[in-house]
Amino acid sequence: MALPTQLLRCGVLGMNSRNINYIARYNQRALYPLVDDKLQTKLAAQKQNISVPELLGVIERQWQVKNIESLIGEWSKFVIKPTRGSGGKGILVITGRDFEYFLKSNGQKLELKDIRRHINNILSGLYSLGGKPDSVMFESLIEYDQVFTDYTYEGVPDIRIVVFKGFPVMAMLRCATHASDGRANLHQGAIGIGLDLSTGKSLNAVQYNRPVSEHPDTGKSFSELEIPGWDEILVLAAGCFEMVGLGYMGCDIVLDRHAGPVILELNARPGLAIQLASGEGLMKRLKAVEAFEPELLELPPEQRVRFMQEMV
Amino acid sequence: MSPRAQVYILGLLLIIVGAGLATYKSQVLNLPITPGKYQTVWTIEAKVEFQARGDAVKASMALPKTQTNMEVLNEIFSSSGYGFTVDSNNGNERATWSKRTASGQQTLYYKLDVYQRQGQFEASIDGMSTAVNKPDWSGTRFSAVREAAASLIERSQQESADTETFVTQLLRGFNDPDNIDSRLLLSGFTDNSPVDIALGMLAMADIPAHILRGIYLEDDRSRLPSSVLLEVYDGEQWLVYNPATGTKGLPSNFLIWQRGDKSLLDVEGGSRSRVRFSILANNVPAREVALKQMGGDQAALLDYSIYSLPIEQQSIFKFILLVPVGALLVIFIRVVIGVRTAGTFMPVLLSIAFIQTSLLNGVAIFLLILAIGLWVRSYLSKLDLLLVSRIAAVVVIVVILMSGISIVSYRLGIEQALTITFFPMVIIAWTIEHMSILWEDDGPVEVLVQTAGSLAVAIVCYMAMTNHYIEHWMFNFPELLLVLLGSIIMLGHYTGYRLSELIRFRHMVQS
Repeated sequence: MALPTQLLRCGVLGMNSRNINYIARYNQRALYPLVDDKLQTKLAAQKQNISVPELLGVIERQWQVKNIESLIGEWSKFVIKPTRGSGGKGILVITGRDFEYFLKSNGQKLELKDIRRHINNILSGLYSLGGKPDSVMFESLIEYDQVFTDYTYEGVPDIRIVVFKGFPVMAMLRCATHASDGRANLHQGAIGIGLDLSTGKSLNAVQYNRPVSEHPDTGKSFSELEIPGWDEILVLAAGCFEMVGLGYMGCDIVLDRHAGPVILELNARPGLAIQLASGEGLMKRLKAVEAFEPELLELPPEQRVRFMQEMV
Repeated sequence: MSPRAQVYILGLLLIIVGAGLATYKSQVLNLPITPGKYQTVWTIEAKVEFQARGDAVKASMALPKTQTNMEVLNEIFSSSGYGFTVDSNNGNERATWSKRTASGQQTLYYKLDVYQRQGQFEASIDGMSTAVNKPDWSGTRFSAVREAAASLIERSQQESADTETFVTQLLRGFNDPDNIDSRLLLSGFTDNSPVDIALGMLAMADIPAHILRGIYLEDDRSRLPSSVLLEVYDGEQWLVYNPATGTKGLPSNFLIWQRGDKSLLDVEGGSRSRVRFSILANNVPAREVALKQMGGDQAALLDYSIYSLPIEQQSIFKFILLVPVGALLVIFIRVVIGVRTAGTFMPVLLSIAFIQTSLLNGVAIFLLILAIGLWVRSYLSKLDLLLVSRIAAVVVIVVILMSGISIVSYRLGIEQALTITFFPMVIIAWTIEHMSILWEDDGPVEVLVQTAGSLAVAIVCYMAMTNHYIEHWMFNFPELLLVLLGSIIMLGHYTGYRLSELIRFRHMVQS
């Protein structure tokens, strides 16, 4: 067990401090719906020409569930998401079809009635914050960049970037494992790999809050990992500040083989595990950004990213 | 002013005002700070059951005698549809229930609260007959037992100096399993109880004696029959003996229900009658300290206190005033310690239920309902129900489970399980729903972690809320609510690390 003074020296941001000093102070409540509702985020992003996964269809009402067969039609690869889900809950990834069956990424076979039940659950608010009725989004499946092939198991790896007042302050890559059941959530057993802001190279990796050096399922070491097109990714994340206006947020970005970096979702309450993955506390960088001169804050995203990369 | 400064100023202000008022009340108005002595008050329930034949019914039961070391605080008789009277006859009180026509199983209740006073039991001499009724053990059928009794009496007389030691010797010999005489006596009678035989032998030895019927005051007993002791006259006073061991003296926790040979229960117009006792111990302030002391005071602070409410509302307020204590604890545990619980204030509601059910019963019932609920819920999830109807279905299942548990345990004689009704059904249904989603998403380990977390928090809240001091303070000094409010507001602005984070981020310090 660590002492509070030791954590303070490492600049570790705690949950209470995050909630009070950053989320409550810099994130206006009125802006939350824009990020909590993924459909709204997507539409806002499209308006600003920020790339997002293609929207295939939306189900908002119970009666529409009857017609999903015609909606799905011949799609073989798609993702079903609750628009107001949290923590990756309720996301169903279909990677292929086998006669009347739909295949999940882990090979499990689902029937149409299973999908219909899943949609019913989403609509009745099972996965949404506070159990409010929700709607369902169909998205095209992301085909992740080959660079990640050996770093993930049955799931799309995503890059989480914490953006504070428009400046990217910390980044990590989240890779699914067998233990996380193809999901990229760290508390479910996914691996978090801290990324160097200036180079996009790996710093450190953790699973279940403990340091690891290689992927437990593929055996691939994380040391030579380097994200291609890193600056472009950071600029994309920084640009989200202009889009939604949240002072402290997490941007989840995936690298699509064809479309390049796309914004998967934004998070108004990003978790603290990124500090474990990076092996560094957030506090120092957050304090530095808070001390920035007002004219720095006016810079366009590209220059903000460059400034930050030079600083760290 | 920054919100942080406002929070601390407001918080401190509330704490100072609350603590100040409480100090004023305790120092100037002399309200005691400590709850004072607590005394065990025994609640005894006598349950009279019989099968009515369809005609007029009259049931009469002896009522406990006044006893120098016990004081009856309160008596309640309940019986729907019955006429009820209490007759006093030679100092023996009997309750009589009557009804013109009754058929089937009848149940009548008599409940009383007793507390044990300091001091010894003193048996009164007056009113008890010292006449000796010799048993009718004549004829050849009883010749063997007559011989055996005479031999036992003779030996006891030789080994004793006076009546007091004689009775002890006689009862010891009679209870000795190796004693041939006693074995003969016990096998010689088929319809007499050992106590009757002992009474018969005492009569043969010309010693006046009768039985003493009563119950032992022990916590959490249910459906007990009455116990029997012997009272023997040694020429000057009545002495009490335990017929099964020969030990002299009245056990200090023995509540005498009836002295003498008259029956405990008489039922006319019914059959298969019996009386069963249930006993429960409660801790209650020996005197209503604050209430009495405040009687003459005219202070406005007290005039508008909770004591000015009717007694019934006061007891409800006792609970309500404890809820903020639980809320503060939950906040502390979540914000400072960082325990994960299912639902924010679910543990507080759970701990309120535990207060009614007692801790162990409560935890057992909660885990039972949760386990069965999760099992049923796993089937419901296959039925493609909408969320609202699924929760409603789980609520109904929880109600069925609760009724089932009540009925089964009542039949088994575990009456404490009846308090199950205090469980918050809807909250439990939501907990089941929440847990089953957690099971699907994060696996059974997370379910166990959160169940254990919620239970731990509920138990901590339970312990705080049942603490005599906290109970006394909250009830007598409700201005302490301001202190709680101030602390909650200040905790709401705690930005330090959680205890759990010291563990979570420990690897960062090493690297």
